[in-house]
Amino acid sequence: MNDNPRATVDAKTGPQVALFITCLADLFRPAVGFASLSLLQRTGYAVSVPMAQTCCGQPAYNSGDYDAARTLARRVIEVLAPADYVVVPSGSCAGMLCHHYPRLLEGVWHERALELAARTFELTSFLEEIAPRMTHATPEPATPAGSGVVYLDSCAGLRELGIREQPRALLRETRGIEAGELEQRDVCCGFGGTFCAKMPAISAKMADDKLDSAMATGAHTLVGGDLGCLLHLAGRARRRGLDIELRHIAELLAGETTGPAIGGEL
Amino acid sequence: MQQRSEQFLDSADTALQDKDAAQRRDLMALFAPAMRDAAVENFTAYEATRKHVKRIRRHSLDNLAHYLAQFEHQAVANGNRVHFARNADELNSITLDICQQHSAHHIAKGKSMVTEETGLSGFLQRAGLQVVETDLGEYIIQQAGETPSHIVGPALHKSRDEIRALFLDKHPLGERQLDETTALVDEARKVLRPQFLQADVGIIGANALIAENGYSMLVTNEGNGDLCANLPRVLIVCTTIDRVLPRAEDATAMLRLLVRSATGQAQTCYTSFYSGPRRAQDLDGPLETHFVLLDNQRSDILDSGFAEMLDCIRCGACLNHCPIYTGVGGHAYGWVYPGPMGSVLTPLLTSLEHSNALPNACTACGRCAEVCPADIPLPDLLRDLRARENSERLNAPRWRLGISLQSWLAGKPRLYHALTGACIALLYRMGRKRGSFRRLPFAGGWTSQRDFPAPQGKTFMQQYKEALREH
Repeated sequence: MNDNPRATVDAKTGPQVALFITCLADLFRPAVGFASLSLLQRTGYAVSVPMAQTCCGQPAYNSGDYDAARTLARRVIEVLAPADYVVVPSGSCAGMLCHHYPRLLEGVWHERALELAARTFELTSFLEEIAPRMTHATPEPATPAGSGVVYLDSCAGLRELGIREQPRALLRETRGIEAGELEQRDVCCGFGGTFCAKMPAISAKMADDKLDSAMATGAHTLVGGDLGCLLHLAGRARRRGLDIELRHIAELLAGETTGPAIGGEL
Repeated sequence: MQQRSEQFLDSADTALQDKDAAQRRDLMALFAPAMRDAAVENFTAYEATRKHVKRIRRHSLDNLAHYLAQFEHQAVANGNRVHFARNADELNSITLDICQQHSAHHIAKGKSMVTEETGLSGFLQRAGLQVVETDLGEYIIQQAGETPSHIVGPALHKSRDEIRALFLDKHPLGERQLDETTALVDEARKVLRPQFLQADVGIIGANALIAENGYSMLVTNEGNGDLCANLPRVLIVCTTIDRVLPRAEDATAMLRLLVRSATGQAQTCYTSFYSGPRRAQDLDGPLETHFVLLDNQRSDILDSGFAEMLDCIRCGACLNHCPIYTGVGGHAYGWVYPGPMGSVLTPLLTSLEHSNALPNACTACGRCAEVCPADIPLPDLLRDLRARENSERLNAPRWRLGISLQSWLAGKPRLYHALTGACIALLYRMGRKRGSFRRLPFAGGWTSQRDFPAPQGKTFMQQYKEALREH
């Protein structure tokens, strides 16, 4: 039963939430999309997935192709225009929409980018700060407290959007999971989008530092909010034969942890 | 200094192979940020001072010509001579001219990244002068025939054992142990003292030029700057035009950020202000003093989208906090300034064509900008350099093509979803057994170091569309 009065929302007249799925989740980890969808639906808001969405333009932007990034940014602004809230299960894509679109665009598009930024949220910050406290279909915590989950901060979320306490609080309050902490938790894991393919040896060194500190905690699951970082670390863990599972925070919060972990056998 | 920024990737790979050095850098990556963070935490006015100094830097750079003229006027009134050098060659030859006018043989030199930028020591040595670096770190790398790996600690890459072996080799002082760090420092001190006394000319850098009184400010922990400045007959201060600040209190405000960000100290052991030559009532000091103020692209940078880079106060915090810098070390960057600040400055001061790997050596993690006391948006500037790289077509054609294709396709949602759906289905069939790929065409950069996680089946969009149809 729901005892939170804020949670009673009429899906027809209440806010319309658009889920921006991100291209990585769309292609490589649909489970993140469905978990996000399920979490958002539990808020009682009307949730939709705009079908014309593709990619936020980060690959072009970070590769310095600003013209291509601008074209995609204007597209995304159009596609997401009808929503009251836009929710993104990725700090780096949300940061792209919130911080980099306004930086890229000028004139009326700059104004529209700022307007989009004001109603765009990374998933955990939306769930923790904006949406009514979600009600859970499964009251039993999927993973008992203190049972070996460590949280991986991702840089864009951490520094561009201030995502630090929200995922930890959600894990604790909605799932009874007290996430462990990594040494040097504010240091990058070495993903960096195209960086990981352009400078693979340096990227792998950074991944190893992160994975080694995760292994040192004795955790069995490394959970994070950015699929790029997770795919990179999972791939490196797999290459090294490390016994650790990587999952997206949305999967844990939605209680969907029975399927294979990222990069695990299907 | 011979530039090797083009070889960044190879140099980085080599650096990663040297496990001992890599381990020392890992230690540095723990300690240096911890010291800076503790110092900043204890300084409650940090954010306010950061904002204040940022405003001052913007103001002084926006009015650079005015404050430079004021500095020159005041410095000349104090009895200095002020020279302006457009480029490295001019700084070097002005400095050599001054040395030759005084028939100088021995030069005692303080630490100065600007003179590293111009290659002054080598230039003077080739002209027959004896130049001794007197900053301990600079002295060590001069003896070793190396270049600085860090803008604050130039010899941070060297272990105590390496320095011990170097001193035993270079100093003809007979049998001795030199096992302790203090013994090494004592020996350097003993060797360097006569150099100060013998020097005809002292050359130092500056952390700031103060327009209102014509002074320069220098911070050191060793006091070698003061010895270079006060013992020889002639003093030459080499720095760049962008160091000028309006008032003395602006320089000290900047100092409160600089030292904490650099070493985690509240203050360095020595903070010196140099006014000019010995006056009648003074007991000591140089008889003649010069300022050589270098432009070397700074005026152009000021007029470009990279002007904020001139706010840099050379604290080195961005180096210490950058996992790429601490991963591969400063030498991999192949020129004078390494790390995030160097990856912006090197292309601007030399050429992007020969250093375009550097702006790519960044994950945009933002830790450098977070700790930068000058509040420089380093990841944004690095990305802007990649935009210049892209528009000048200096990046690899296959990257440009790949990005163009991806962006074009992302602009056509139906085609995008159909094509990605087909590719993902294929990848799923190929990879579902193992769950990941060890090798994948067009993904060699990824799979050289990591497996590629296989997709889960259909794309989200396919599954979502099917679910909508069913309802």
